[in-house]
Amino acid sequence: MAARTFTINDQLISAREGETILQAAREHGIFIPTLCYLDGVSAVGACRLCLVEIEGSRVLRPACVTPVVEEMVVRTDTGRLREYRRMIVELLFAERNHVCAVCVANGHCELQDLAIAVGMDHVRFDYAFPRCDVDISHPLFGIDHNRCVLCTRCVRVCDEVEGVHTWDVAGRGADARVITDMRQPWGEARSCTSCGKCVLACPTGAIFRRGATVGEMERDRNKIAYIVAAREQRW
Amino acid sequence: MTRQILIDPVTRIEGHAKISIHLDDNGEVQEARFHVTEFRGFERFCEGRPFWEMPGITARICGICPVSHLLASAKAGDALLAVTIPPAAEKLRRLMNLGQIVQSHALSFFHLSAPDLLLGFDSDPAQRNIFGLMAADPTLARAGIRLRQFGQDIIAMLGGSKIHPAWAVPGGVRSAPTAAQRAEIAQRLPEARATVLDALRRFKALLDTHRDEVATFGDFPSLFLGLVGPNGEWEHYDGHLRVVDSGGAIVVDQVKPSRYRDIIAEAVEPWSYLKMPYYRARGYPAGMYRVGPLARLNICTRIGTLLADAELGEMRQRAGGIATSSFYYHYARLVEILAALERISLLLDDPDLDSPRLRAEAGVNQFEGIGVSEAPRGTLFHHYTVDAHGLIQSVNLIIATGHNNLAMNRTIAQIARRYVKGDRISEGALNRVEAGIRAYDPCLSCSTHAAGMMPLVITLVAADGTVLDEVRR
Repeated sequence: MAARTFTINDQLISAREGETILQAAREHGIFIPTLCYLDGVSAVGACRLCLVEIEGSRVLRPACVTPVVEEMVVRTDTGRLREYRRMIVELLFAERNHVCAVCVANGHCELQDLAIAVGMDHVRFDYAFPRCDVDISHPLFGIDHNRCVLCTRCVRVCDEVEGVHTWDVAGRGADARVITDMRQPWGEARSCTSCGKCVLACPTGAIFRRGATVGEMERDRNKIAYIVAAREQRW
Repeated sequence: MTRQILIDPVTRIEGHAKISIHLDDNGEVQEARFHVTEFRGFERFCEGRPFWEMPGITARICGICPVSHLLASAKAGDALLAVTIPPAAEKLRRLMNLGQIVQSHALSFFHLSAPDLLLGFDSDPAQRNIFGLMAADPTLARAGIRLRQFGQDIIAMLGGSKIHPAWAVPGGVRSAPTAAQRAEIAQRLPEARATVLDALRRFKALLDTHRDEVATFGDFPSLFLGLVGPNGEWEHYDGHLRVVDSGGAIVVDQVKPSRYRDIIAEAVEPWSYLKMPYYRARGYPAGMYRVGPLARLNICTRIGTLLADAELGEMRQRAGGIATSSFYYHYARLVEILAALERISLLLDDPDLDSPRLRAEAGVNQFEGIGVSEAPRGTLFHHYTVDAHGLIQSVNLIIATGHNNLAMNRTIAQIARRYVKGDRISEGALNRVEAGIRAYDPCLSCSTHAAGMMPLVITLVAADGTVLDEVRR
């Protein structure tokens, strides 16, 4: 496979052809924040946190889905990017009802980590305070839409790794919700195999183990990539 | 023409409130009202949450006594699971509640009330606070602060943090302390015990010099309510409800806490966010009862530990049986700290604490769960109903300070009658009215299910509504 050389933040980078900017950056220890990206499943460029500046391009590009190009000049940490990233995180908090102090994922939450990483000391937007449901009809797991950021990791891991596609997204805009089967309660979704991969994949406290209390939802999100890698080697 | 005196806000209590004193045509105190002006809304916004989250959420009601809510909520959760929790879990919960009693009572006595008691009700208000106490008696102030720290450290040892530990859960607790942590706490017990014995000695001397305050700080007959053990012994975590009258006669005994509605009803007044619970059989407002340290010591047959029982005997001797003056709340608080320290000592050596089994596992087996425990300020009820999956359908919280609402109103009326003369409020009178409230150590953020410091205003209002006098801190 051909190699591509380019620069990120003035650092000369060598990557394989077809790799994304995000993959190349991570291999070289360069931090680009992500939320919807998950190793082991396809990238969708939904959350826009990994936006980078590319010299010669007027628009910002999501690093998770933009392949490297020979001699491209990438910047990942400019004032404009920092401002946009903080704004994105603030909007995520304002959109639903996130209360870290009493959340099952407190201390183990990617959204919380992002808020710290982007320096979000307060939210400048009015909170929407939408009325969201909690579904704990499944015997093992629960989904709290108050904490969902619509990253669709659950949708992709269920479809691509478990091969079931219990999860999907219904509704548009502020009314969009992740759903199980045909928007049935999770406990009645016949397709669900209760494999728990969505629980592993969820970046926040939205999908949790039933019975979990404050801060108890520790999860090993690398497991998904491990399952995928192990399967590829065997097949 | 009737007039009104308004104290707003009341200081050195936990939360926000004001007091209004209503005068009749002759300038005599007609009645006094304690207005709780905070509004919280926990009972409403918890609806729809999984009940497993409730201990963590309701602990946030209060930063002083989060443990009380944590435990009552976890117990309501135990009832929904229909489980008996592992012995180690119950003992560890008890240990945390004892730590909570020590730290909260120490805060009430040393930080909030000792400035009145030890510096004097008429002393310079600029010095009549914990800092004034530090200047006047640094040894005592330091000991009091360290006693509170001791209680807080027990909570932190168990729950990982001093405030808002999310440690007790439906079915048990999340973790146990190591033997080394327990040993560290145990070696600090002698200092804590010496502090409370010294405070008891000082307080008992005050009873002789403060006869006027003893007689007017809420000295009236009332019922007393709280939890007792199977043989009527002092209880702080489990047990059954007992009601005793001011003559010492048991009115009702061994009532299952889940049957609290059989004996307690709640009234609402338009001038306060704080509900007015009363003993159902005697009606409103005749069914006034008191809860908290004084009530627990009045209703129990004995405490069950050596030093505390000796102090209880002396307290009863001084009071002539049942202590009817709320001034004795301070006394009872110190006796309870001593009782808590003795029980902590016993629990720290309990071999059950080494058991790895800490959490009972079950699904939703009951749709209604009631959890009751003794908070430092009195009996605390958490009452939940859930759907088949465990989502909260309704929440009713009866908070310790709420039980004392009628008695607090009666107390400030009694103090105002004795100390408020004419249409002006003297500083000493202002402080005594507040101190009458402080005796109950009310926690208003809890009882209205706020945050912040408590400043104080008293207003004196005439019958036609004109404000005659207003004192503001």
